[in-house]
Amino acid sequence: MTQVENRPRTGTSGPVVGRPIDRVDGVAKTTGAARYSAEYPYADIAHAALVHANVTRARITAVDTAAASAVRGVLAVITHLNAPPMKPARPVNLVNLSTLASGSSVNYLNTDEVHWNGQPVAVVVAETLDAAEEAAALVAVSYEELPATVDFGAQEPHATPQKSTAISSGGATKGDAEAALAAAPVSVDLRFTTPGHHHNALEPHATTAAWDGDRLVVHEGAQNVAWVRDQLAWKFDVPPAGIRVIAPYVGGAFGGKTMIWPGTILTVLAARVTGRPVRMMLTREGVYRAVGGRTPSTQRVALGADADGSMTALIHTSVTQIGRVGGGPEQVTSQSRHLYDAENILVQQNQVTLDALSNTAMRAPGESIGTFALEAAVDELAYELGIDPIELRMRNEPARNPIDGKRFAHRALREAYARGAELFGWSDRTPQPGSMRDGRWLVGMGVASAYHPSWQFQANVTVRLAADGTVLVRCGFHEMGMGGATAQAQIAADALGVPFESVRVEYGDTTLPTGPGAGGSGQTASVAASVVAACEKVQRTVLALATGSKDSPLRGQRLADLRARDGGLYRTDDTRGESYAAILGRAGRVSVDAAVGSDTRLGGIVGQMRFLSKFLLDNRRWVKAASGAQFCEVRVDPDTGEVRVSRWLGVFDVGTVINAKTASSQLRGGIVMGLGMALGEETLVDPRTGRIMNANLSDYHVPVHADVPPIEVHYLDEPDPTMPLGLIGVGEVGITGVAAAVANAVHHATGRRVRDLPITLDKLL
Amino acid sequence: MRVNGAVQSLEVEPRVSLLDVLREHLGLTGTKKGCNQGACGACTVLVDGERINSCLALAVQYAGREITTIEGVATGGQAHPLQEAFIRNDGFQCGYCTSGQICSAIGMLAEHRAGAPSAVTEHLAAEAVELSGAEIRERMSGNLCRCGAYNGIVESIQDVAAGHADVLAAAR
Repeated sequence: MTQVENRPRTGTSGPVVGRPIDRVDGVAKTTGAARYSAEYPYADIAHAALVHANVTRARITAVDTAAASAVRGVLAVITHLNAPPMKPARPVNLVNLSTLASGSSVNYLNTDEVHWNGQPVAVVVAETLDAAEEAAALVAVSYEELPATVDFGAQEPHATPQKSTAISSGGATKGDAEAALAAAPVSVDLRFTTPGHHHNALEPHATTAAWDGDRLVVHEGAQNVAWVRDQLAWKFDVPPAGIRVIAPYVGGAFGGKTMIWPGTILTVLAARVTGRPVRMMLTREGVYRAVGGRTPSTQRVALGADADGSMTALIHTSVTQIGRVGGGPEQVTSQSRHLYDAENILVQQNQVTLDALSNTAMRAPGESIGTFALEAAVDELAYELGIDPIELRMRNEPARNPIDGKRFAHRALREAYARGAELFGWSDRTPQPGSMRDGRWLVGMGVASAYHPSWQFQANVTVRLAADGTVLVRCGFHEMGMGGATAQAQIAADALGVPFESVRVEYGDTTLPTGPGAGGSGQTASVAASVVAACEKVQRTVLALATGSKDSPLRGQRLADLRARDGGLYRTDDTRGESYAAILGRAGRVSVDAAVGSDTRLGGIVGQMRFLSKFLLDNRRWVKAASGAQFCEVRVDPDTGEVRVSRWLGVFDVGTVINAKTASSQLRGGIVMGLGMALGEETLVDPRTGRIMNANLSDYHVPVHADVPPIEVHYLDEPDPTMPLGLIGVGEVGITGVAAAVANAVHHATGRRVRDLPITLDKLL
Repeated sequence: MRVNGAVQSLEVEPRVSLLDVLREHLGLTGTKKGCNQGACGACTVLVDGERINSCLALAVQYAGREITTIEGVATGGQAHPLQEAFIRNDGFQCGYCTSGQICSAIGMLAEHRAGAPSAVTEHLAAEAVELSGAEIRERMSGNLCRCGAYNGIVESIQDVAAGHADVLAAAR
């Protein structure tokens, strides 16, 4: 069931990195053949459904399961009264990063405690889905309610500063920013708010679990199959080696399928209890109740400048929420440490702790909402100064990282703005708010910077070059739509000088070498580094085979003097060389294999330590990031306040672009999610109960077709010298800056500053 | 009912949705469940050529009807032009909404050919409505794509519409 596929699509020879090749899984996804987690057939499958608490903090005093158990086809009603024991959430241990992946600290169905409104308190298993859902609605739970703290707004004054650690900085200062702000001739001091958001991947979280003794197969649309395996092994006290997690297709994730949430654990529990393979897809409401979302935030951005626009003070502070049972700080001030050359800087992140489900990563956690506040504030400062917003940014573009003087690995924001301004027609803009119209529509144009740090994780990879010239790349990475298999096939094809069509990529399975999680926009670069290294190892072995023969024209050659092309190794000083088929054939080899990284216990620890030390070393030497310039045009109806985004253009500095087709789709996807954040998305929480009130896709407004204009994406396409192949991940940078560009354009159209997302029409009237 | 040209005889409880019959009883998992509330369009199938949300349809109401799912839109081993266009224009990322988008687009193009106006059609009495980008976006807004592949989807539909492909016929 491992994912193996490729499609001949290129039809030409030569290097393929950089070419907009169609996805290798295109046919599977457009014909319905691609199987997602709830779609694996098992002959005797049973179906499960969750019962969610409808109180906030409580002890369960009684559970009446009689009516539920009486429903025809019900196999089990599992509650804390009859569930077998599971181990409590695993303590965090940085040598094994999977320990970070407990969605919450609650030991579901092993406790009578309720910690958030919506916590699963029972799971029903039945022969049919309808019976399970009917019975789940009949489970009657009685509670003794306890006082709860749920109102984010009310708790804001009690926020506590985030302490810095080696891998996460809560705050930083340079100079005395408050004094500089007070002394600045021109300044703004602004408060912004952003609501909670939910990922709303179109595929609700789904798990299919089948036990065989202590062995377990799990189909789980996950962003890290190894973490699912390790977490389940811990919870159920079985060896990880006996658990196989399979997820070739993930129906969207955006951070929401990184942690291990209760639905996964309780499906596996249900299968354990009933002795049947069990499938459970959370209801859409269930996803809101049992999977964390993006924290709400309040932010202060204060900027001071001289009359010429030189920034003298930059202050950015934030308050976000953490669940008492889990979650973590958001790096809301991340971009504010890197974007502007202010003399004095103060950034500080603060948190409040609520009786709510853990907050979790959602596309560009921190920067997505942090760039909204910072980049909207910069626009306000530009208007205070009477300087064009792009010009103000250019006057404050730093040569080195503003807060600590570190070098930028790569920085091309000037070029991004210059290119974007020309392509978008920025010079046609008249700065006065309300000065541009198209018929009755008010027209506004706004810009904002995009910024997201680049990451690189450990990736174990094997590469097999067969005597027939075909190549097999194996790595347990993840495909939620980024086009990872396509990109890695392109990289391997060029590294070995074989046609794209000759490369197959296997992924999404814990039986493969452990890949990186899909997160931090780091997967493509992480896997690429190992694929390139493994391909080089393959070539060394091939060259050793060739030079062992006195018949080979490669005899006496070093790898550095050779080029991989046309399915073989060829000298660069003349045209002589040999095909892989010829070399392997003469040596009597069916294949040459190479591995990077190891999945032994020791290998795993070495890999994690190597990742951490590289991360810390890199962090000391460089500031690495993807960045870009976002250009937005809106039309606002002067009577109704309706905002329509009419044009969008982004110019991105993301290093080498492996595949412009799939990379552009990721960037557009980020921009579209940013449009949702700007104009519609808002998780509404009842401040009395902490219960999410709009837990469905009718009341939580994600962008639809009609909300999205054609989005132009451009690249600077300059390699980042510190990243594998010069590439920087593109999964998250697209969403950053979007909400600010919209807000700035709305101001330009209407003269109104909306500092509280989303920008709904009531705020413009 | 007939599903993708084959007669299916089923006995199901009256409460079972058409979507669950397709996925759980017939193994046609190409049709997706995204919300089960009619809000996302992932479950869109064609019934006698018209698009519906199969999660809001009780299977028993569709006895004797002709159901076409994503598994049935290709004809004689030849991919539907929209399937090819989606690949060419990268009209998807994760793929989960794709079946619904394609089925919905087939139904939408048929509605347009039949002269049906939309909320953004300016002249309701016009003989033929030009299928502009705005018309396509309006008519496809019942199909959510959280990956944000909307541009590629609209381009795919424009490609096929411009090619005057007989999409409805191809669907059968």
